[in-house]
Amino acid sequence: MKVLVTVKRVIDYNVKVRVKSDNSDVDLSNVKMAMNPFCEIAVEEAVRLKEAGVATEVVAVSLGAKNCQEQLRTALALGADRAIHVESDEVLESLTVAKLLKKVVEEEQPDLIVMGKQAIDTDNNQTGQMLAALTGYGQGTFASEVKVEGGKAQVTREVDGGLQTVELALPAIVTTDLRLNEPRYASLPNIMKAKKKPLDVKTPADLGVEVTSHTKVLKVTPPAERQAGIKVASVEELVDKLKNEAKVI
Amino acid sequence: MAILVIAEHDNASLKGATLNTVTAATQMGGDIHVLVAGEGCQAAADQAAKVAGVDKVLVADSAAYAHQLAENVSLLVAELGKDYSHVVAPATTSGKNFMPRVAALLDVAQVSDITRVESADTFDRPIYAGNAIATVQSLDAIKVITVRTTGFDAAAAEGGSAAVEAVGSTHDAGVSSFVGEEMAVSDRPELTAAKVVVSGGRGMGSGENFALIDAVADKLGAAVGASRAAVDAGFVPNDMQVGQTGKIVAPELYVAVGISGAIQHLAGMKDSKIIVAINKDEEAPIFQVADYGLVADLFDVLPELEKQL
Repeated sequence: MKVLVTVKRVIDYNVKVRVKSDNSDVDLSNVKMAMNPFCEIAVEEAVRLKEAGVATEVVAVSLGAKNCQEQLRTALALGADRAIHVESDEVLESLTVAKLLKKVVEEEQPDLIVMGKQAIDTDNNQTGQMLAALTGYGQGTFASEVKVEGGKAQVTREVDGGLQTVELALPAIVTTDLRLNEPRYASLPNIMKAKKKPLDVKTPADLGVEVTSHTKVLKVTPPAERQAGIKVASVEELVDKLKNEAKVI
Repeated sequence: MAILVIAEHDNASLKGATLNTVTAATQMGGDIHVLVAGEGCQAAADQAAKVAGVDKVLVADSAAYAHQLAENVSLLVAELGKDYSHVVAPATTSGKNFMPRVAALLDVAQVSDITRVESADTFDRPIYAGNAIATVQSLDAIKVITVRTTGFDAAAAEGGSAAVEAVGSTHDAGVSSFVGEEMAVSDRPELTAAKVVVSGGRGMGSGENFALIDAVADKLGAAVGASRAAVDAGFVPNDMQVGQTGKIVAPELYVAVGISGAIQHLAGMKDSKIIVAINKDEEAPIFQVADYGLVADLFDVLPELEKQL
């Protein structure tokens, strides 16, 4: 069974972003970048499927500028067998990414596609579902457990009220939630080995997809700042403030 | 053109998130039609017909829609959506599941998690865990939108008298099936709709210790939430997580107990009216957003707080 796993290069989750003074975007110059945390979980899940003997090959895909090859190398160091980079310097919206991935899926014919449920930059939570729609595949979004058996995937999903389990015919798409697994760190020998693993580069034109825009970002502004309030000295004072000053209890 | 709102419901009743979504849709301008897709969902449809501002309710009643499977519901919504200017759903885990599928089937973008309607085609949405707000214009003929419910007041549940129409078409994609669910049972208010939320973090130390939070929450009629750290540690189930990728809450009063205040957690609660932080680490970032901070050991504070309420 072949598993395709997607990887996005995003701002490191520990970095506090700042909005540019011209309100055109957030300022990403000289900011630490990393693999999207949900993609790390996706890579880990794919690698575990291979270690368990369920998957035979793990292929990592990333889309974007040249530097996202760094994150593909990370995926290779974590255990992916080879990588595909769809290179484009343009802004790739979720729908375009889904269309590009559909072409990759047609070429690679994976049985399972594991993706992060959302990227922590745009917070869209769209691409996996869109790819599922375009391919007609079933989807197990926000997964906290994945079992692959007998040509089917059983996916337990984190939903608002608790947990829901669905069964999907393969090929299928799984998007990862936080509790699916705890990603490993890449070891130094594996980082060295990853440099020699195959990494193919394609362009949207190679895949026959035109990069288009369906939305326009008019401006990006900082959110309303909250001011720190006061420290109270005791539970008694706290209750008094909540009753008589804030009047919320 | 009219606006199609996809109702959030459990067949028996309409969920509150639908009411906030109707308000957002009203601000986009146009007649409001509400789709209730489910199985045996007439009761939910009847409730939707009473919501103020709703002009028509469409009911799609089929076993294929019983569990809101995205593969099936998206085919129905995409078919109906072709005749609308906007297709709008709450950004709940259900809306997040099927709406991007709808957008892709319609070959349009989705604008996720909007918090403000500027005009019929322009919306605000938080990005980077709420550390920036993007004002986004949709260039598509059909706008597919999910709504962050805390950004909009609830429409009145009573006062409307919309016509209810059955929708004949049934879509079963045949690629997925419902196996089962484990839903949390609680007498407390729903986390996203509660006026008061008391949340615990890693500082709680164990799931058993959440009983201290429960006791305070019971006195306040509050919902109980948690930070990611507490959920990851297995203290409490995932449906209690407040944060960037969990639930977004904006109650009148949010009490953060033993929560340090990572930006991912703040993203889920910083629009609360009053924030109280209880933490023994006075350097914890949570104090930077708290209206009232109490630097103390939560194991002393919680029993005392319960007594004084």
